[in-house]
Order: sequence, then C-alpha cells, then structure tokens
Amino acid sequence: MTVVVCIKQVPDSTNVRIDPRTNTLMREGVESILNPFDAFALEQGLALKDALGVRLVAVSMGPPQAAAVLREALACGADEAFLVSSRAFGGADTLATSYTLSRAIRTACGGRPDLVLFGKQAIDGDTAQVGPGVSEFLDLPLVTYVKALSVTPDAAFRVTTSMDDGEHVIEGRLPAVMTVTKDAAPPRFAPLAGAMRAAKAKITVLDEKAIAADPIRIGLTGSPTKVVTIFPPPVKGGGRKIEWRGDAAALAHEIREAIHG
Amino acid sequence: MADAPILIERAKCTGCGKCVNGCGFAALRLVDAPGANRLGRLAEVDPSACKACSACVKACPFHAIAETKTEIRGTEGLESYHDIWVFSEQTAGRIAEVAFELLGKGLALKAQRGDGCRLCAVLLGSGVTAAMTDPLVAAGADVVYVVDSPALADYDADVYVDAVAKLVERHHPEVVLAGATAIGRAFFAKVAVRVRTGLTADCTALRIEETHNKDTGAMQMLLHQTRPAFGGNIMATIMTPNHRPQMATVRPKVFKRRNGSEKGPGAKGEVLREALELIAPRTRLVETVRDPDAVDIAAAAVLVAGGRGLKGAAAFGLLRELADLLGGEVAASRAAVDAGWAPQSRQVGQTGRAVVPKLYLAFGISGAIQHLEGIRGADRVIAVNTDPNAPIFGVADLGIVGDATEIIPALIKEIRK
Repeated sequence: MTVVVCIKQVPDSTNVRIDPRTNTLMREGVESILNPFDAFALEQGLALKDALGVRLVAVSMGPPQAAAVLREALACGADEAFLVSSRAFGGADTLATSYTLSRAIRTACGGRPDLVLFGKQAIDGDTAQVGPGVSEFLDLPLVTYVKALSVTPDAAFRVTTSMDDGEHVIEGRLPAVMTVTKDAAPPRFAPLAGAMRAAKAKITVLDEKAIAADPIRIGLTGSPTKVVTIFPPPVKGGGRKIEWRGDAAALAHEIREAIHG
Repeated sequence: MADAPILIERAKCTGCGKCVNGCGFAALRLVDAPGANRLGRLAEVDPSACKACSACVKACPFHAIAETKTEIRGTEGLESYHDIWVFSEQTAGRIAEVAFELLGKGLALKAQRGDGCRLCAVLLGSGVTAAMTDPLVAAGADVVYVVDSPALADYDADVYVDAVAKLVERHHPEVVLAGATAIGRAFFAKVAVRVRTGLTADCTALRIEETHNKDTGAMQMLLHQTRPAFGGNIMATIMTPNHRPQMATVRPKVFKRRNGSEKGPGAKGEVLREALELIAPRTRLVETVRDPDAVDIAAAAVLVAGGRGLKGAAAFGLLRELADLLGGEVAASRAAVDAGWAPQSRQVGQTGRAVVPKLYLAFGISGAIQHLEGIRGADRVIAVNTDPNAPIFGVADLGIVGDATEIIPALIKEIRK
C-alpha cells in the first residue's frame, strides 16, 4: 500500500509584519516552517506506516528551499521524498497547483497511490482548495476534515470528520484523498537518528518534464485566476484608550451599555 | 523554463529598490551587480512568489519593468455564460443561513451586472419541498434549480460535485457562489477543477464592474473578488477574466442577511426540477454525532475572548465565569488555541471563525491581522492588553491598558454585586 502525504513550506505568518511606511509585507527574518496542518497529515501517514507497514511518500511543491520540510518528513519516518520544483510552476493558482501536484503524485508513486493525505489548509494561502482539487484530477473520492482514521489491511477505511453540524463517521474503500484537521493525533517529534538519516537522504526533484506536464496547464499560464490589485487591509480607527486604575465599576458599566444599550 | 510573469530590463534598472518596496508578495529583491549601474545592484524577481499583480510595474520610476504576455487559454464562447448562481446548502432540510446572505449579495451583483441577468439558487437534496424553495424565492431568487434524488440525502463530495458540475455544463452560469462552510469549501473546489475554472476562497467583498481585460484588450463585466492574502496581512482583488463560470466562496456572516428582502413574501420565482443522471457515492456516512456542548460562537451576541496574555488555562476558567454572568460565550485567539487553553471550535480569526457579536471583549489578545479579520463584524469591541501599542487597540472602541489576569477577577466581583 502506498500513502502520499503532501506538505507545504509556509512563512510563519504569525510573525509577518506590515511595514507601516510602505504598507507592504516585511518578510525579512520571517522563518519558514512546515504548514502546521500538514504536520497532522504527516502524523496520520506515519501511524499507517506503524500499523500496516505502508510505503510513505512525502511530496512538496515549492522553491528549492522547501526541501527542508521534506527532510522533516523523512526524519519522522517517511520513506521517500519528492520536491516538485521548477520556475515553470511559478505563479500557479489552486487549479494549476492541483494539476501539477496530481501529475507529480502519479510520477512519484509510479501510478495512482492508495491514499493521499493533505493538511486541511495552508496557513499562507488559506484556501483549503488544493486537496479537493487533487482528488478531482486523480478521480478519487474526497473526505475532508479528518480527525481520526483507521484502515484495515484489505483497504477498507473508517474516518471521523469534524463538520459544521458535528462529527461524521464515514466508511469507504481506498483509494481516496483525505484532508486532516488539527483535532487529529498530535504530530510526533523526529528521533535524533531520524534527523541524521534525513540529512543524508536523497530528495528527488520533479520538474515539468519529469511529470510530463502539459505546459499550458502549469504556472501562471495554467491559472484562471489573476491577482489584479493588492492593498493593505482596512483599519478601523481605534476609540478611547485608558490606563487601568482599578475602576471595575466603570468597566462593568461600559460592558452593560454595550450589551443592553 | 517558463518566463517570469514580469520582465526587468537590466539596462533601465537603477537598483533603486522602489519595486521591492512596492511588491506585496515579497517576490522582488536586489542582487549585487557591480558595474550594472551607479548603485551596483539590480532588481530580481522570484517567479514562484510573483503573482503578476503589476504593482512593481507601476512602482518603477524608470519604466524598467514590464509584464510578459500570458497565453490566453480560456473557456470558449464566454458570452454564452449568464446569470448569478448561489449554491444553497441544506442539511436535514434546513437551508444554511449563509445561502440567504449570499442571495442578498447576489441581488446587488445582479443589479450591477444588468443586461437581463437573473439570480438563481441551486438546491440539492432528497424530498425537496416548497417549504425549502419558498424562502429562497422570498430572498430574491428568480429561479431555483432543484436536483432531487435519494443519492443526495446526505452530503457526499462526489455526488454533489457531479450534480453541480452537470448543472453548470447545462446552463452556463456566469458567476457561481457558495458559502465557505465545511461542505462548501470542500466540494466547490472539486467543481471548479471539474469545469476547469478558477475559484477564489473566502472572499470578503464582491462586485461586478466593467473592466479592461489586459489579455484581450476588451472591456468586460467581471466579478472583482477581494480576499485576505498572505495570512490576512494584505488584501488582494482577484479576477477570472478568461474562464467561466467565475467562482467564489464566502464565509458565513461576512455579508449580512437582508432583513425583509427586496422581493419579500409573495415574490415570484420559478422552481425548476432538473433531471440528472448522478454517479453513485463511493463513501458512506454511517452516523452524525452531534456534540451537545458544541457552540457556534458565530451566533453569540456577547463573546468573552482570551489570548496569550491570559498566561494559562486557569484564566480561561475565569473567562467562562464572566461569559456566564454576561450571557455570552467564550472565544479564543489562535495563540490560546495552539497553547491548548481552548478548543479549536472557539477560535476566532482567519483559520477560525468570523464572528458578529454585539460586544466582543478581548482579554490579552494582541490583535494579529488574522484575528482582526475575524472580528470585523463585531458591533463593539472592548480590549484589555498590557501593551499600549497592541494592534487590537486600533480597532477597539474602548481600550484598557492593563493586565487581563488582574482585571477579569475584579470585573467578575463587580458584576456579581
């Protein structure tokens, strides 16, 4: 059984700041991290490897430095790692990215995998669209917001998902694509020996030729959506600001006013 | 190797760096190039980060940056696409509130579009009755497309995608909107891939406007889709100029439901039952477990929210007490959720929920832009933070510079009096 986990390197956006003079992002000194949701997807893949001995393949699309998150996956126990990287992929929106990743997954597995895992969404783009998009390109059933997953050796699965109206228990048979939430089992830490092995492990780079991509369906050319303008988020002007001097009665009054006034 | 979306003319570049400052996506940088110009440096673009927004083209005082032409590979016959569709999500016969919010927005978009554009609701289900379609008509739908099949009794991504994609192929809508709910976000992305068009997630503003298409040079009525990008640090307006339909999702509570819609009761609308051959589901919903403690913080009138400044889970217990006294609910920032002090269901912000309370009390929340995005709809914000420069004070109607862990108990004592 082959399980693919798709992971993304993202800027640690909690630390991204806006330059107040130019109203643009200051990315200097912002660390790149493994997308937090993807760490939970990786953990689900590792648990399947522990339970069933599946072959676990990590795939990441991004610039050369995204190899760092693949090394993290290898350190934790992934068997193989593929970096989907080429300047030709630049500017891809979710349609072009889903196409590119689906081609890369087929190439990495030598066919269709049994299970593809994604984090629920990436914290930089926040679209949650690429996992579902890949399921469409691979023509696989999609199960989203998985918090618990079990698979039997004969490929039957049972998952619990976090939906708006509560938890859904869903059954089916692999192959499938699933996206994983942060309610799932917490990610493990890489053992020291794993980190040392990962540092030396081979990461295969897949470019547009390696995945036999249709050139009009990748990168900016293959992206129907175009970013037309960017601007700083609207800021509401702040109101009064006072120093706390222990006047709880005045604060309670303000609160009651707001609720009942 | 494909070209970068922009072209920097080395002979004209002075290395001034104005484009680097003008780029909202940090796609440009200055590289050392001794002798290239007086400053000995040149601008360079990272094609993987460039979104072709052309901000740098405008920022460059020396006209050294040009956009490279992209090949147009769009849907044939864009003119055959008309009408605005709203996917009307229902669970167990109850139509999601967000569908009505989107129909309200749809009325405005229909007026902007003009030219005989209709507003249409799309309703999937099993045993669909007039009790479900009437409110959609009352909320402004000129047409309700109903697909009624036992296969649609429960949500299944495959079957939902199949139904909506087949309707799109049959009727050619120009715009299709859905709520960014758990269901909407997942299956809508598959629909967009199936019909090979673009989809913009979590839009916070939508409008239709006559727009110059850079690729064709023609004037077109296009949907301007605005959303937070880069973790909410910047807003981006996105368009789908050469593909149809133009698709977008919108989170619940971003648009307000129109009270007493333009049409109101007695409104006329056509209910069209669409016969479709649907595929069989490949997964099975065994059961739905509703959490009796589950709360929808998006529906709360008073929210008492805590962040990193509460310094621990213990203070969240006090928040609960305060929330009960005020008849409200407890909410949390992402930092507090990540620290394990509150469950994710209570997280406010871009990866959590957008909330619309009458009063939002923020204790020890600094106000990361992602968080501020989630409380835009609050009527009144009162914030407590030790840092007088915390961004939360920029949006608070009343800001109190002080320690939340000291103020919360004092407040509880006061209100109990």
